[in-house]
Amino acid sequence: MDYVFQFGVVWRDFPALLLGAWLTVRLSALAMGLGLIVGVATALAAASRWRALRALARVYVEAIRNTPFLVQVLFVYLGLPSIGLRLRPDQAALLAMVINLGAYATEIVRAGIKAVPAGQLEAGTALGLSSWQLFRHVVWLPALRAIFPALGSQFILIMLASSVVSVISAEELTAVADTLVARHFRSFEVYLVVTGMYLVMCLAFQAAFAAIHRALFARWRAV
Amino acid sequence: MIREFTVNELWLLILAARWTVLLSAIAFVGGGAGGFILAIARVSPRGPVASLAAAFIKIVQGTPLLMQLYLVYFGASLLRLTSDAWTAAALALTLYASAFLGEIWRGCIQAVPREQWEAARALALGYPSQLSSVILPQAARIALPPTVGFLVQLLKGTSLASIIGFTELTRAAAVVNNATFRPLIVYAIVAALYFILCWPLSLLSSHLERRLEQAGSRTVAFQF
Repeated sequence: MDYVFQFGVVWRDFPALLLGAWLTVRLSALAMGLGLIVGVATALAAASRWRALRALARVYVEAIRNTPFLVQVLFVYLGLPSIGLRLRPDQAALLAMVINLGAYATEIVRAGIKAVPAGQLEAGTALGLSSWQLFRHVVWLPALRAIFPALGSQFILIMLASSVVSVISAEELTAVADTLVARHFRSFEVYLVVTGMYLVMCLAFQAAFAAIHRALFARWRAV
Repeated sequence: MIREFTVNELWLLILAARWTVLLSAIAFVGGGAGGFILAIARVSPRGPVASLAAAFIKIVQGTPLLMQLYLVYFGASLLRLTSDAWTAAALALTLYASAFLGEIWRGCIQAVPREQWEAARALALGYPSQLSSVILPQAARIALPPTVGFLVQLLKGTSLASIIGFTELTRAAAVVNNATFRPLIVYAIVAALYFILCWPLSLLSSHLERRLEQAGSRTVAFQF
């Protein structure tokens, strides 16, 4: 092999990559927060007494979970302007991520609600709690504890998947990498370093979530 | 010159779905073989073999599929192996599928009760026969639903091959969209085609899972 690797150009522009990594984390966190709200709303709709609402929730979840994220991104960015919704790349990326996450979060939230033992719900009802009080005092903490690990891995999944939004040049780590590649033509070196950065981010968040989980819920184990 | 979106364009998209299916099939077969080796290595009593397999899985699962595609694509052309998007996509997706299937199947092997290993050892079976005649047949039953589920993930993942220039369904959408400039309908149809491919698999996976759960609860009732 007569190719000479040159990582020098990558290190020179490393601050740009770090900024890209920060943008990726920020975009993912924002999408996660909003996606969780969509997920809770859809999970409530899926448990509604109105049949049409249940059906709608199911169609949404199935449609998103059975189509590629890339196609969803392109549909939002290229397709929606035809019906008058023109978005900047970063807005389109965020919207597509929220729509995508909402569907997966729905399944996670539903699993969490199911994890609350039926006996506790019955006990709450027997005490005359309203459904809001039931949720507030009986359901939500055990449900949160049950779904915390799943939410953590979902965050990491969307962080990795967010590299795809570079195709519409939304600003994040992969898009920064693309810019560097276009400037220096050192594609392999740049993407190798960026891959390493994603790996470090993934491992760091995994460790952080595990620590948070221990700190928040450890004292419950005795109960 | 802008073309109308007609049945011809629709047909073009449907035909392009062939390449999505073919790429998924290749990655699934290759990933099946790689995943099998990884799963066996992962439960191996030899420490270094197990850690090596674990590290590979961790790296693949901890980095974006798009980066893996780029690295294989640009790496293969640096090594003068190939600069062909088809080969690079097939190779990258095979590695990706190997890691995920390896991890799924490791879980299934470890879900087989420890007593089964002990029983197999008590029958004086060697390690290979313990695995092949006692553990793997039981693990395979548990493995079926998540494996079908992963196939959906893999099918969706092949859409990223369009970014390195392999003409499958998503790439064909861009081509048709550039000619007709009807992005809404083009991407809606493409999404629908993916849905037609993926949804039956999702349903099958959850059906198999439910059946396994029912079978599982029967066994538990029996065990006492």
